[in-house]
Amino acid sequence: MLRHALGRLLGVLPTLLMLITVAFFLMRVAPGGPFDSEKALPPEIEANLNAKYHLDESLAQQYFRYLGQIAVLDFGPSFQYKDWTVNELIAQGFPVSLTVGLLAMTLAFGVGTLLGITAALRQNTGVDYSLMGLAMLGISIPNFVIAPLLILLLAVYAGWLPAGGWDGGFASMVLPVVTLSLPVTAYVARLTRGSMIEVLNSNFIRTARAKGLPEIVVIRRHALKPALLPVISFMGPATAGMISGSVVIERIFSIPGLGSYFVQGALNRDYTLVMGVVVFYGVLIIILNFIVDLIYAWLNPKIRYDEKR
Amino acid sequence: MPLLELVNLDVGFDTPEGEVHAVNELNFSIEAGEALAIVGESGAGKTQSMMAVMGLLADNGHVSGQALFNGNDLLSMGAGELNQHRGSQIAMIFQDPMTSLNPYLSIEKQMIEVVMHHQGLDRAEAHAKAVEMLRAVRIPDPERRIGQYPHEFSGGMRQRAMVAMGLLCEPDLLIADEPTTALDVTVQAQIGHLMSELRQTSNTAIILITHDLGVVAGLCDRVLVMYAGEVVEWGSVEQIYYQPLHPYTRGLLESVPRLDQPDDAVLHAIPGNPPNLLALPDGCKFRDRCPKAHDACREEPPIRQGGEGHSYRCFLERTDE
Repeated sequence: MLRHALGRLLGVLPTLLMLITVAFFLMRVAPGGPFDSEKALPPEIEANLNAKYHLDESLAQQYFRYLGQIAVLDFGPSFQYKDWTVNELIAQGFPVSLTVGLLAMTLAFGVGTLLGITAALRQNTGVDYSLMGLAMLGISIPNFVIAPLLILLLAVYAGWLPAGGWDGGFASMVLPVVTLSLPVTAYVARLTRGSMIEVLNSNFIRTARAKGLPEIVVIRRHALKPALLPVISFMGPATAGMISGSVVIERIFSIPGLGSYFVQGALNRDYTLVMGVVVFYGVLIIILNFIVDLIYAWLNPKIRYDEKR
Repeated sequence: MPLLELVNLDVGFDTPEGEVHAVNELNFSIEAGEALAIVGESGAGKTQSMMAVMGLLADNGHVSGQALFNGNDLLSMGAGELNQHRGSQIAMIFQDPMTSLNPYLSIEKQMIEVVMHHQGLDRAEAHAKAVEMLRAVRIPDPERRIGQYPHEFSGGMRQRAMVAMGLLCEPDLLIADEPTTALDVTVQAQIGHLMSELRQTSNTAIILITHDLGVVAGLCDRVLVMYAGEVVEWGSVEQIYYQPLHPYTRGLLESVPRLDQPDDAVLHAIPGNPPNLLALPDGCKFRDRCPKAHDACREEPPIRQGGEGHSYRCFLERTDE
C-alpha cells in the first residue's frame, strides 16, 4: 500500500512538468504583456521593468529560471499586485475558497446521496419523479441565475442573510455555499439514483433478500457501498472544481477567493500569478484524485492493493 | 401435512407488450426430506415459480394462488413474517455463483449475518459455525479462506460457499436453481454429492431446478416436467426416465447426448421453439412441436394417470409399446 502510494506520487511529477510547460508557453503566446496599457510606457522604463522581472531574457532562459523557482516552492512576485508575492496571494485567497468549497462539497455529497437513495427506493413513483425533476432543474439552471435569485429572496426580501461580503461568519457563507453546491447536489442525486437502482437489481441483492434480512439491512450492508462507488469517483474532480474557487460565485457574493485572482491575472497577463495558481490547482487536483483512489480501493476489495506483495 | 404445497400458482409479468404468463396453475407438494426435480427448457417457468415462493419476483411480476409452507401461505405474508422463513427454514441457491455473492463483502460477513440474524448468535459463535460449514462443503483451509472476498474464490468454490451459506441455518427446504450449470463436471459431481449427503444427515427437502437430466437421476426421488409455464408430466425418477408418457418428456430424454451411440449419429433435437408466453395458444401448448399432434389437441388436454403417482397432460392414451 505504502509502496503503491509512493509510486503513484512519483508518477505525478511528469504530469506536473507537462502542465507547467504547456501553461507557461500558452501564457506567452497570448498577445500583449504585463506592462502594456493604453498609454505606452517610455522605452527606458519598459526596459528597466523587463530587466527587473527577467522578461528581457530568452524564453528558454525564463522557462528554466521558473522551473528552478518552483522547485523551491517560490512562485515569484506578482506583476500586477505590486508588493505582493504570488505565494502571499494564494495564502490569502485559498483559505476562503477552501472553506466555501469544502462546505459545498459536504452539502452536495450528503444531500445528493440521500435524495438519490430516496428516489431509487421509490423508483417510478411521484417522489422519484419530483426529486429527479428538481435535480434536472438544478443541473440546468446556471449559477449566475440561481445566485441573484437567492439573494433577492433570502437577502433582499426576507433579510435573513447578507447579500454578499465575507467576514468568516456562518451567515456570510450560507448563500455562496448553497449556490455552489446546488448543481453538484443535483448531479450527485441523479448519479446515486441510477447506480442504486442498478445495484438493487443485481443478483447479490437477491441473495441478500433470500437470506431473510430486513430490507433496511439489505440496503445498508449490501447495496450502499457499490452504489456509492461511481459517486466517489465523481467527487474527486468535483471537489477540486469547488475548492479551487468559482469565479462566478466569488464575483456575485464579493468573496475574496482564489478564483477571482486567477481570472484577473489572466486578463492582466500577470504571468507569475497565473502560473502560480495553475501549478497550485494542478497539485490540488492530483492530491484529490489520489485521495479518491485510496477511498475507492478501501471500498472495493477487488482493487485493494495487496500489502503482502 | 406436506412441507410445501403449491396450489394453483400463477405468475405473470406486466411488460410493455402485454402480460407474460410465466407460470400457469402450478400444483405440487413436497414432503419433508424429499428431493424433487423440476426440469424443462429455459422459459418453462421453473425459476420464476420458485422466485414467487421466495417473494423475489421482479417489480413487474405478480403472483396468485397459494404456497403453503407447513400450512402457512407464504404468498399472503407481510415482509417481516416472510423474512422469518426465508434464509432460516427455506434457503435458495442461485444459478450464477459468479454474481450471486456480494463482491464488496468478505465471505465471512456474508455468512455470519445469516445466523446472527436468524439464530441470534454472537460474532464468535457465528464465525465458528461458518468455518465448520465451509469445511463441510470441502473448502480447503476454511479459517483463512473465510476472510477472503468472492473474487479470490474459484467458480466452484463460490458455489460451494453459496451452498454453505444456504445450509447455515439447517433449513427444512433447500431450493437449488441450476446449482451446477456454471461449473465444470468434477465440481458438478461434488455439489451433487454434497446435496445428497445433506438430505441424509439433516433431512432437508430439496427442490432442484435444472435442465441437466443426469444430475436429476442421481439425486432426486420425483420429477416434475414443465413446459411453457405448465406441468406436463410428473412421477418418480424411474417412471419419468423409463416410461415417459408425454411427447415432450420423450423429446427431452432423446435430446440427451449418449456415449453408446455411433459417432455419426445425429443428436436428436425437438423441432421449433416454445410458444410465446405473451400469447399462449389454446389447448395443448406443445401442439406445434409435437410429432403426435392431431386436431383434438386444440382443446385443453386431460390429465391422465400413467401409473401410481405418475400423471401426464395429454390426449394420448398410455400404450405399452
